[in-house]
Amino acid sequence: MSHVTSAVRTPLVTGGKTYADVTEDISRQVEGSPTREWTIAFTISVIVLLYGTACVFWTWWEGLGVWGLNKTVGWAWDITNFVWWVGIGHAGTLISAILLLFRQKWRTAVNRAAEAMTIFAVICAATFILMHMGRPWLAYWALPLPNTFGSLWVNFKSPLVWDVFAISTYFTVSLVFWYMGLLPDLATIRDRARSKVSRYIYGAFSLGWNGSAKTWARYEYMSLILAGLSTPLVLSVHTIVSMDFATSVIPGWHTTIFPPYFVAGAIFSGFAMVQNLVLIIRVVFKLEDYITLEHIESMNKVITLTGSIVGVAYLTEFFIAWYSGVEFESYAFINRATGPYWWAYWAMMTCNVITPQLFWSRAIRRSIVWTFTLSVVVNIGMWFERFVIIVTSLHRDYLPSSWAMFHPTLFDISDYIFSFGLFFTLFLLFAKFLPVVNMAEVKTIIKSSSEKLPVSVSGVAKGERVANPTFNKDVE
Amino acid sequence: MSDVNGNGKFLVGIFDDDDVVLTAVKDIKKAGVRIHEVYSPFPIHGLDVALGHPRSRLGIAAFLFALSGTTTALLLTAYTESFDWPMIVGGKDSYSPVIYVPVIFELTVLFCALGMVGTFLVSNGLGPTVKPLMYDLRTTDNKFAMAIDLSKNNIGEGDIEQILRKSGAAEVNVKQF
Repeated sequence: MSHVTSAVRTPLVTGGKTYADVTEDISRQVEGSPTREWTIAFTISVIVLLYGTACVFWTWWEGLGVWGLNKTVGWAWDITNFVWWVGIGHAGTLISAILLLFRQKWRTAVNRAAEAMTIFAVICAATFILMHMGRPWLAYWALPLPNTFGSLWVNFKSPLVWDVFAISTYFTVSLVFWYMGLLPDLATIRDRARSKVSRYIYGAFSLGWNGSAKTWARYEYMSLILAGLSTPLVLSVHTIVSMDFATSVIPGWHTTIFPPYFVAGAIFSGFAMVQNLVLIIRVVFKLEDYITLEHIESMNKVITLTGSIVGVAYLTEFFIAWYSGVEFESYAFINRATGPYWWAYWAMMTCNVITPQLFWSRAIRRSIVWTFTLSVVVNIGMWFERFVIIVTSLHRDYLPSSWAMFHPTLFDISDYIFSFGLFFTLFLLFAKFLPVVNMAEVKTIIKSSSEKLPVSVSGVAKGERVANPTFNKDVE
Repeated sequence: MSDVNGNGKFLVGIFDDDDVVLTAVKDIKKAGVRIHEVYSPFPIHGLDVALGHPRSRLGIAAFLFALSGTTTALLLTAYTESFDWPMIVGGKDSYSPVIYVPVIFELTVLFCALGMVGTFLVSNGLGPTVKPLMYDLRTTDNKFAMAIDLSKNNIGEGDIEQILRKSGAAEVNVKQF
């Protein structure tokens, strides 16, 4: 008999759901009219997006002089926001790919929303790349094309070109992975659609999916290979982003710990953002039976682990700055903690190293309010981390005569606000028109991880949880 | 559709449970009935083996596409940096494969992913204009359907229906394509 699980294992789906319940509960928000909460949230997001778009266009119209940059601090909020958004995007791929390879069944309820978050976060990150170019109509210069006016190519030795390859590959593969994951659910919506228009639209996007055994077998095989590809991709993307800094000679940037440190930080902030989104979704769409405290606790454990790795990285940086005997390096770190931007440094330390340690307490780890609050705190902390790395390192370079301070202008702030408008507009559109929980995948764990067995199988009564010696001996 | 071979009359057994359908496949095959295909709302592990479907060769396609990505990246970097416009930047050689590892890796992954997904779609006959032949609309919700092509079986319709019901089918319908 398949799907037998231990009675002591905490269920991942509660409420005694059947396969039909899963379809019904998750399709409801796609098929019904928009809820009041959704309409309010969407209206606010669109207003913020429109305001932000106007500011971005003004930035392009006037030039980057409207930002608070100066000759010394040539990168500030733009690259801070870029690195922050890219980092946020990492949790989606981590949940869908790495946890799939590790056979972590709790990922099934949250992977769809997390993958969507990845796509939208990378789009937001890309807008800052376009913004900081100043002349976005020349963005194609970053592509490996022969220069229009000669035979000069992009410099393949530059980490900025590596970034172009890394981010565009990451975006494309994540998009494909997300879309392929949507196919079975799009077919479900298609087959339930009442109006001709939605049947046509969901029909076109479901690509003619009919759920045959052959298709499913190939689909699972493909998903596994895509997960195997995405896993090193997650590591490579933020490693390469960190090389934008690490290959330079700026004190505080030129460090070999950046790749693992950036990757851990990315997963840390990404999971915090997933928590925020998932906690809102489960309440607004009434999905408490699918996104349970088990899921929230598991993600909090990942936050605690990655937060601790980030903490160790901060201390290692300090140690190496001293141990290397390089006075510029030592000064850069002492300046971070005690210089003019001390408040940013200590905000980073408090938000990223100290407060996430509260998750060691089981009560806090399983508390919705604490989780939401600490996740917001982590995201603030991770933004400050990027700010500290970029601005505090740049504002004190090797020439004291060029030392300067960076002060954000209205446009620095507004362009950042723009990205929130964009992100939430896209996410809300996704939440309305596509199933936020992967129905097909949740159905696969209903028997083994549900509170109740939905159907009587091989003499096991309905509703009875099974504990017997065949534990985990699946026929699969 | 790739899984329907022309017009025909099908007997469609509807099952309520994935374990039952998996056992039924084995029982029905033992009874000498040729099963056309089984449709389910989620993957049932072991079903493709029970049905006798050959193992997917998508892995081979993925490897070949990955190889084409690696080759493209090597040729692109070698041609642009060593032949078309050789440049020494930051003391690095005009051609040093180590420096191009990020580009080579990313293109390998990109070609592999896109190529494999394309192969998957083509081999399953999936595309935006494809109209799926559904044996039962509930198979994307909560039911499992076993389609049996009557023209490919020597056993009578009534007997097959009986075998299906005996194997656990909750209902048996006739579908003509």
